Order: sequence, then C-alpha cells, then structure tokens
Amino acid sequence: MAKQYETVIGLEVHVELATKTKIFCGCSTAFGGAPNTHTCPVCTGMPGSLPVLNKQVVNYAMAVGLATNCTITQYCKFDRKNYFYPDNPQNYQISQLYLPICRNGRVEIETSEGKKMVGIHEIHMEEDAGKLIHDEWEDCSLVDYNRSGVPLIEIVSKPDMKNAQEVIAYLEKLRMIVQYLGASDCKLNEGSMRVDVNLSVREAGAETFGTRTEMKNLNSFRAITHAIASERERQIELLEAGQLVIQETRRWDDVKEYSYAMRSKEDAQDYRYFPDPDLVPVYISDAWLQQVRDNQPEFREEKMARYKKEFDIPEYDIGIITDSKHLADLFEETVAICSQPKKVSNWLMGETLRLLKEKNMDPKDIIFSPKNLAKLIELVDSKAINSTVAKEVFEVMFDKNINPEKYVVEKGLKTVNDEGVLRKTVEEVLALNPQSVEDYRNGKEKAIGFLVGQTMKAMKGKADPAMVNKVLKELL
Amino acid sequence: MANVITDETIEYVGILAKLALSKEEKEQAKKDMNRMLDYIDKLAELDTTGIEPMSHVFPIQNVFREDIVTNSDQSENTLKNAPGTKDNMFMVPKTFE
Amino acid sequence: MEILAYSAVELSAAIKEGKVTAVEAMEAVLAQIDERENTVNAYVTIDREQARKAAAITQEKIEKGELTGLLAGVPVAIKDNLCTEKMRTTCSSRILENFVPTFSAEAVINLQKAGAVMIGKTNMDEFAMGSTTETSAYGVTRNPWNINHVPGGSSGGSAAAVAAKECYFALGSDTGGSIRQPASFCGVVGMKPTYGTVSRYGLIAYGSSLDQIGPLTKNVTDCAAVLEVIASHDPKDTTSIKRKDTNFTAALVDDVRGMRIGIPRDYFEEGIDVEVKDAVLAAAKVLAAEGAIVEEFDLSLVPYAIPTYYTIAAAEASSNLERFDGIKYGYRAASFEGLHDMYKKTRSEGFGAEVKRRIMLGSFVLSSGYYDAYYLKALKVKAMIKKAFDEAFVKYDLILSPVAPTTAPKLGESLLDPLKMYLGDIYTISVNLAGLPGISLPCGTDSKGLPIGLQLIADSFQEKKLIQAAYTYEQVCNKEMR
Repeated sequence: MAKQYETVIGLEVHVELATKTKIFCGCSTAFGGAPNTHTCPVCTGMPGSLPVLNKQVVNYAMAVGLATNCTITQYCKFDRKNYFYPDNPQNYQISQLYLPICRNGRVEIETSEGKKMVGIHEIHMEEDAGKLIHDEWEDCSLVDYNRSGVPLIEIVSKPDMKNAQEVIAYLEKLRMIVQYLGASDCKLNEGSMRVDVNLSVREAGAETFGTRTEMKNLNSFRAITHAIASERERQIELLEAGQLVIQETRRWDDVKEYSYAMRSKEDAQDYRYFPDPDLVPVYISDAWLQQVRDNQPEFREEKMARYKKEFDIPEYDIGIITDSKHLADLFEETVAICSQPKKVSNWLMGETLRLLKEKNMDPKDIIFSPKNLAKLIELVDSKAINSTVAKEVFEVMFDKNINPEKYVVEKGLKTVNDEGVLRKTVEEVLALNPQSVEDYRNGKEKAIGFLVGQTMKAMKGKADPAMVNKVLKELL
Repeated sequence: MANVITDETIEYVGILAKLALSKEEKEQAKKDMNRMLDYIDKLAELDTTGIEPMSHVFPIQNVFREDIVTNSDQSENTLKNAPGTKDNMFMVPKTFE
Repeated sequence: MEILAYSAVELSAAIKEGKVTAVEAMEAVLAQIDERENTVNAYVTIDREQARKAAAITQEKIEKGELTGLLAGVPVAIKDNLCTEKMRTTCSSRILENFVPTFSAEAVINLQKAGAVMIGKTNMDEFAMGSTTETSAYGVTRNPWNINHVPGGSSGGSAAAVAAKECYFALGSDTGGSIRQPASFCGVVGMKPTYGTVSRYGLIAYGSSLDQIGPLTKNVTDCAAVLEVIASHDPKDTTSIKRKDTNFTAALVDDVRGMRIGIPRDYFEEGIDVEVKDAVLAAAKVLAAEGAIVEEFDLSLVPYAIPTYYTIAAAEASSNLERFDGIKYGYRAASFEGLHDMYKKTRSEGFGAEVKRRIMLGSFVLSSGYYDAYYLKALKVKAMIKKAFDEAFVKYDLILSPVAPTTAPKLGESLLDPLKMYLGDIYTISVNLAGLPGISLPCGTDSKGLPIGLQLIADSFQEKKLIQAAYTYEQVCNKEMR
C-alpha cells in the first residue's frame, strides 16, 4: 500500500506598515518617487549616521499583536542581522531576534472543514530593503533605496496548517485584522504583504517533523496554492525515491509554475545576530499597553454580529460590507445620518461596488462622504428625483464628491411635481403619437410603456414615473 | 582551553566577513585568532550565572521619533560618493536570479 | 606673548581683546604646520584656503560681537573619523580615500557654531583600531617629543598636532583609550566623557557601545571649555543623554580638600614601567598634599577587562564596517568577477591588516555556535566590571591610575605583537566598558624625556570632579615650574 503523507505548513508573513515615514528616519514611505529621492544618510547606511525609532511602528506592531492574542514583550530590543547584499545598504538589517515585540498568539480560521486555531510564534519589527533592478543594457544591477527602511512587521506562525485552503483562510484573517487596524493595506500583488511558505511533509501520523523548505516570491493566493501543491509533490517524490529533503530557500517562478533552490556558496546563512548598540531598548509600560488596547477597533466578527442585531439587512450584505473596514465605516456613518440601513446597503452593494470594479479601485479610495450619500437617499425618498436621475447623480458624486442637493438644483434635475405641467406634456405626447394611443385603446397594454418613455423624454427625465402612469391612464 | 582555528574556519569567516585573504594572511590570521581566543577564554574562569548581559551601559529606553516626514529629496547627496551610478541609482555587479 | 604659546581659551580672549586676530592665529598655525608636518605627519587632510577663509569670516563675526564664546576664533584639528561636510573623511583607511561626507558630525557643528575654525583632519589608526597611529593608510604620525617614537593612538594625529602646536586643540575619539593614551604619550590633556555626553552622530563607528568623542588640549581649562561646547543632547543619537550640568568650566576650581581618591592596587603590580609608576604615585602624593584623602584599594576583575573589550569591540566593528562594500561610497576594486568577488576584493584591498584582524575576530565571536560562549559572556563580564566600579565609587570620588604601562614605544615595535599591544590598554579600557569619564594629564617625563600621563576616573556624569582635581594638580605643577 502506498504511503500516506501529510503536509505541515508554517508561514512567515511580512507586512509593510502604513506609517508616513520610515522606521528609523524621517524619509517618506510614499510609493512612486523617482529613484533614491526618498533617502537620507540613515536609510542609505552613510558612515556616521544613526537610527532613531519611529514610535508609530511600535504602536502598530502592538495593535496587531493584541488583535492576534499575542503576549506583548514589554521590554524589547532590536538586533542586527548581518548579511551582504546590495539592497541592504548597511549590510545588516535591523530586526528583532532575541526579544521580539509579540509572542505566543493565535487566530481562529474557518474553512469548509470547520474552525481551527493557528498559532502565532512571534511578531517582530524590522526594516525593509531597497529595490534591485536589472539593467539589460549594461548587464548590471541598479539599486534604489527608496524602500530601504520602510517599516515591516514579520508575523511568524506556528507550523499549524496542513493545506492551501487553511493557508489562505489564515492569510485572509491576518489581512482583515491588519486592514481593520489601518496598519497596512496588505496587498500581495503590490508587496505590502509578502508570504514565505515553510513546508515539510511526513508520513501520516508521524511524531516528528520532516525537513522543511522555505518558498519565496509568492505574489498571489493562486501562486501560494500552486506552490504548496508543487512543493508537497516534490518532497514526496524525493522521499519515495529514498532521497533527503534539503533545508533550503526556494524561489517560486509563477510563469513556469515551478521552484528552484536559491543556493550559493557565498551565502552562509549565519546572520551573526547581536543587539544593536545604536538603538536603546523599548519599554512598554502597562499604561501604554492599555492605551493601545483601548484604541483597538471593533474587528470584523464583532461587527458582523452587531450588524445582524442592529440592522435589518441580509447576511450576505453584511459579509460584503464588513469585508472592508472602509466600506463598513462608510455604511455606519451614513446610517447614523439617515437611519436607512437597507437603502445605504443597496447603494454600497450595487452602484458603489459596480463603480469600484469598473474603475479598478479599492474601497479605501472612495471619496464621497457619508453626508452626501445620505442626502442622495433623502432626495430619492422625498421623490425629489427619480431612481434613474439618482444613479446619474451618484456617478458624479462617486467621482467628485459633489453635494447632490446642490447639484440637482444647479442642473435642474428635480422631478417636476406640478401636475398641470405634466398633464400638458402628456397631452402633447398623445397628440404626437396617435398610433400608440390607438394601440392602447385596442387593448395593447404594452403601448403605454412607450408613451411613458416618450413623456419622460419630453420631461428630460425629471418626472415621477408613477405619476406619469397615472396621468396617462386618466387621459387615455 | 586551547582553540584550534582550522583552515576551514578561516575560510568560513572570510565568507561571512567578505574578506579574501592571501595564503600568508590566512596563516597569520589563524595564528592571531588562536592566540586571541586563548586569551579571551580567560573569561570562562568567571562565574556569570544569573548576570544579565549588558549591551547598553545606561538604562536609557524609549527614545523615539514622531511619524512626521522631515526629509526632502536628497538623492544628489545620496549618490554623490558612489563609485558607479546610472539613472539616479547605484550601479552594482549583476545580482543573480 | 608668542602667538602659538597661547592656550585655546587664552587665544580667544586675546582675539576678543584685539591683541591678535583669528586670521593671524590661523596663519601662525599654518606656518607651524609647514615647519613641523614633514616630520610629524599629524594631518591626513589640510584645507588651507578654506581655513583662511573661515578664519576671516570668524574674525568679522567676533568684531561684530556675534561670536563671544570661549573658543571663538580658535583653530582646531578634527580626527579623521568625524564626518566633515565637504571635507574628505578617510578614517585613515584606503577604503574611504575619496569619501567626502555630505554632513558634519554633531560635535563638529557644535564647535563651528561656537566659532572654532577647522584646519583639517588628523591622522589616526585605521578606523581607530590601534594604539600607535601606525596602522594608518596615510603614513605614521611621529611623536613631537621624539620623532623615533609613536604618538600613541588611535587619536595620535590629534595628540601630536596639539603637542607640536600645529593646532590649539583637537577632537579625538576614545573607544578603549584612544584619546587618553595618545594624550599621555604626547604630554597633552585628553578626556573621554561619560558615554552619551557628546553625540556620536557623524562619528564613523568602531565599537558603537564604547565610542565617545572628546577633547585633546594644551591644559585642563581648555579641556573643560571644549567639553562644554561639544556636549549636547542630540535627538539623532538615541544613546545621547540629556544633561543639565554641562557648564564644565565652572569646575575649574583649585581645591581637592576632602576629595576621596582611590588607587587600584592591582594596577601597579606587574607590567608597569617603574618610572611611570613613580611619577603617577608622586602625582597622588601631590593631590594628598593638597588635601585629598588618598588610599589604595582592590578593584576587582582587572585582568578580565581586555578580553571583554576586544570581544565586544571586534564584534561591533565587524558589523559596523560591513557597510564599506564598494557600492555607495569609497574604494571599489578595479577588477572583479561578479558581486561577491567585488565585495571581497574591495574590502581586502581597502582595509589594512589590523582592521581585517579585528573584523575576522568579531565575525567569528558572533558566528553560529560561538555567540553565547564569547559575545554574550563578554556582555555579562561587562556588567560585572561596571558593578565593580559602582562599588568603588561608593567609597571614592575619583580613581587615580596610570594611563599606560609605559611611555611612548619606538616606531615599529608594537605592531610586531598585536596581543602585547592590546595589553597596553589595560588602564584605559575598563573606563569605556563602564561608560565612565576619564581624563589624562601630564605628570612628568621619563629618563628618555618622554611624557608620562596620569589618569583620573570618575563615576558616570562626574566630569566636574575630574576637572576640579585635574585643574588643582595642574596648578601645583605650574607653580613648581615657576
């Protein structure tokens, strides 16, 4: 009988924090600057420069730690990780090995197999490296240190996952927590969330772990899923052939869908960690800890439960709205103004999501205010505009956050509620379309639709369709 | 405790420290390091049980920066001393991949 | 008075009184440099044009009353491991032969704000690793008292420049005695302040947890005045300390009555030159005669200071010097095959033997399997050494000792046996490990006519006690000379 194997997976997740400045200097973390324009002596390792810790990095790291049920290391330090590479200007990375800020946490994940806990071994703070670009013309590499020193937290899980489904559930869970904290936007494809997969296989029921490999360069959930399947297969094949799995770092090639070892004799993997003498320790007092705890937002699960109780909207809507903290905030703030949860939800689930998708935007990029959305809902409710006009107004509001009340007046989009004017228009429409009038009178009910349409057109859309219907029927 | 720094150790440390030593330098380094380590081994005489390692001599802690951008474009200074640059970037030998 | 005979504080006073100008002082110094530099070689870089220009501007500011400080108009020499904007900074290493910093060290900025005028950069042991200034890539510096002898190190250029009157005072850095020992060998005053008193921003690091910048001066008054100017709390250096008591010149008081001074018995037992021992003990007697309470005591752990120091300093140095890789600044090997070959060739050609020796040792003690036995062990012993000093300072205001076991050795003698050279740091090194302030001041000469230094050590933040005792001793010596 063929041997049965089980997969053991642990993850190292790097999250780029959403601070305005780098971890050890006052350079901007903004994307898109020309090469080396967001650099200074500190983040380019100039002789004589010294690092000073950005306090916000500690706050974010603590908040993520608390949200993942970690113990906060109240006395923590930074260590130097020494290795030579051109993207690392000092040839050491400032990180945390001996006293990481968070330890021993866990998060609950849910898959089709049910709920389970995934342990968090530790979370530590560190600095990001610069970017290397290959130059084909000169056949050399070019270094841009704009990203050098951008703050990261590395969330190291315990080897508690056994398949891609669990891995993705865990990553979704982390992403949700971090996004709710506003600590990062966690985009795999843009590198603000980076995942290294540590994977080993062992015979089902074995007590000890097999030798693990570390897989890098996984830029999507799809890549992660494929890489896990591929690496599991590769390791099983080795074992079946009586060979050993070598502990190594491998790089995933997403185009060719295979991985290769990133080995080099110049790469001793001996990082000679020691406490950084340039940075004094961080002491997190009980008061500071409490302050961060008090500022924790309501996370998704709590929010979903509350929405179910408070708002009469479908569970499906709740799921979608709370999937993004920005959307949930927008929802709650708008409802607070207009007290119409169902209608607010409809606008978000319908037009908002449609436009986001169409324009390839993220909920955090939404610019219209809850106040304006509430006004729009009020305009429809009071029949000041009809739903067709409302959608047009919404599109403008989505782009420019205009005040819908003013806009409707300025553009003359208000529904004409003067029955005299309407009656006169209808009379004109009937006079111009004798054929349809006759059809209707001959029992062709559908013909009224055409006449409504013509009336709306004549009224430039500013009529209440129900009222048009009523007047038409009276006059026919 | 006599230390035996081998050729392999010298080779290995050379890789870590990115130093290529000549044959004579290697021999000298082996001798120097053995002597220094024998001397440093004197520390083993001391009982340090229960003593906290002291990396900072004074108990200063919590020295922070606020998260405010203070630096403007200094790329000219950043690149001023570089042995090789192109397109406002540092030029380095091809990194493998 | 001959212009070069002024001390720094005297010169500044004379300029303010209109007796001399800053420009005349600079010209006198430059003329002296022309005369002495061929033999002494105290400087790596001198920018005469810039120095003259700066002196003229400073003179104007003094005349307008914009500069009134104790050092206004005084020509100063800066050790070449302190970054100076637009002036080449080499650390006396080939690897930084063409490095021109884009900012100045905080201590240098503080001096310039006070009106001191920079002459140039002084020679040193490469990356401050050495005790003789013979490991410089830019030639050895010779001791002005006897040019066949070394000036000490690593701040040998600074000490020699002061002694040869090629400047009025200088800045140095002290990681294991690098200010105090050359001061002693060159017969000048040198002080290493309490760790954190002077910002390390802009000091090219050797052993970051031990490095401290300090003055080398003609006398104790200048020493206090310079320290007062360079001490500052700098938010750019997280190990920098906020101190309120930096009015060091207030401690220039001729009085040691009741001051308790301890002499570590262990320091005088073996390896010490008899003439040095006698001179130092004679100095102790002088202070006792002035009313200090002097007694011998046992300072424990003395033999452990050097191995502890060399482990910590080498480990930190191995990491601090990783940034010199031929990519961002400095020397890059002319030919190489690929990235790692470039790293290795650049660093092997760029660093000298002593630097490589310490990088190798430091990389080894941090490497996998050895960290606990060496590095961590050394950090624990450091804690014990600090505690031993804490206990001593319960009983004493000051500790009195030699600076070095001998006077300046002959050129070429020390590098033959590095370990023996390291042993010469025995009296200065533990002061760095414990973060304490220490001052070195002349207390006589030996039969060869070479200066002998006296070291006074105080508890952390007690520089004023050092200055007061040193000043008192100096006053007695001055009286005797007259």
